[in-house]
Amino acid sequence: MEHGSLTDLSSSTFSLIDEDHTLANSVRFTLNQDPRVQFCGYSIPHPSDNKVNIRVQTTGDPAKDVLKDALQNLMLMCKHVRTTFDDTVNDFRATEKVEHIDINSDR
Amino acid sequence: MPKVSALDMPDVPKGKLPEHLEVQRTRVVCNADAPIYTEPFHYSGAFALMGVDNSVTLESFCKNLKIEVIELTEDTMEFDMIGIDASLANAFRRILIAEVPTMAIENVLMVNNTSVIPDEVLAHRLGLIPLNADPKLFEYLSEHDTPNERNTIVFKLAVSCKKGSPRLTVKSDQLKWLPGGSELEMESPTPSAKPRTYTSFSRSQDSMPEFANKPLGVKHQDIIIDKLGPGQAIELEAHAVKGIGKVHAKWSPVATAWYRMLPEVILLKEIKGVDAEKLVKKCPVNVFDIEDVGKGGKKAVVANPRACTLCRECIRGVNEPQVELRRAKDHFIFKIESAGAIPPEVLFTDAVKILEEKCDRVICELS
Repeated sequence: MEHGSLTDLSSSTFSLIDEDHTLANSVRFTLNQDPRVQFCGYSIPHPSDNKVNIRVQTTGDPAKDVLKDALQNLMLMCKHVRTTFDDTVNDFRATEKVEHIDINSDR
Repeated sequence: MPKVSALDMPDVPKGKLPEHLEVQRTRVVCNADAPIYTEPFHYSGAFALMGVDNSVTLESFCKNLKIEVIELTEDTMEFDMIGIDASLANAFRRILIAEVPTMAIENVLMVNNTSVIPDEVLAHRLGLIPLNADPKLFEYLSEHDTPNERNTIVFKLAVSCKKGSPRLTVKSDQLKWLPGGSELEMESPTPSAKPRTYTSFSRSQDSMPEFANKPLGVKHQDIIIDKLGPGQAIELEAHAVKGIGKVHAKWSPVATAWYRMLPEVILLKEIKGVDAEKLVKKCPVNVFDIEDVGKGGKKAVVANPRACTLCRECIRGVNEPQVELRRAKDHFIFKIESAGAIPPEVLFTDAVKILEEKCDRVICELS
């Protein structure tokens, strides 16, 4: 849900339901890396309600697009973390197996 | 003397931050009373006036991210993530604890419970038992669904202690898996030919290929559920469903998952001789070590900074600062201890996938 001005699309607050610090802090990090962003932050109005308000103010581009780009960036970062992790675990397992075989061949 | 900007002075590095600011940007300094420089400098234009670009582009993130696995067993995993920010590391930790789904006992149908433990306490204990079931093979059961073989696992516990025999301990290995579904019959107003049970299994779960090789059961066989005296008995049926840790901690797939930042221990000046030996003795985890310099001289060196637990013994009670304790803001040592159903490396991959799905959901909402 976007709360903003109809005339000025560059600043608005996005209210997300069923979200908390997990997504909001990560999105705030990726938003900050975007050079188009002038200000960004998030707040949780009340801890009992599952709502998060993300405020985005940009240097001219519509805030919705900037937020979408930040979320896409976050998705790509996660994908990269996943592939790097899988490769590292497979390499670790392969080296462990090699050591195991070496230990056995010493006997 | 012509005016020169401070940034153009000969000893200020160009395009990079001066050393003291670089420490503030990338390290948390742990003083004796409290840590300082804990705020992250996320904003890409934080150092714009100095001509330094603080942004982390996707390419630079992908290039700089490093993951090193230190230990990987069936239940635990320790690995390092370098080049990631605290917000992402915390997001993974939160998802690992609260949002990766597992199977746990939710509904307990009591037929007979004459033990000293009340029904609800017994049901609570059963819910906390970790089950050896892959939640990916199951669907969620909502209020309007009927329990069937795709969303429920049924267990039966029927133990009794005979009169005259000693006290009996009921352990978790007594929970028997019922692949054919519930055996308790529901009361129906009209006596029909085949009475309905509490679940509607259309086929037995052990005829399904996923469960053919790996029968479902509890992960640990020696968890004490209850103790029965002579003449006491328990007969119940427990239904396990899929859920997430946010709703109840019994559905949390990790015993726990945590991270710490890589410690960095800096000696501010050379510490020699008796002082060096005193320093080495102070540290309970042997971070420091003595290095022999020629002519019998001893010098203190930092041998194992990774072991530092921040007990601050080395900086306590000292008049002048000898040691500086720091933490690297982008190097996280993750430790994941799985409760047993899912191996830890699969858990982490699932957690990252769940964060991706969250982003996807918000993107769809925005479009």
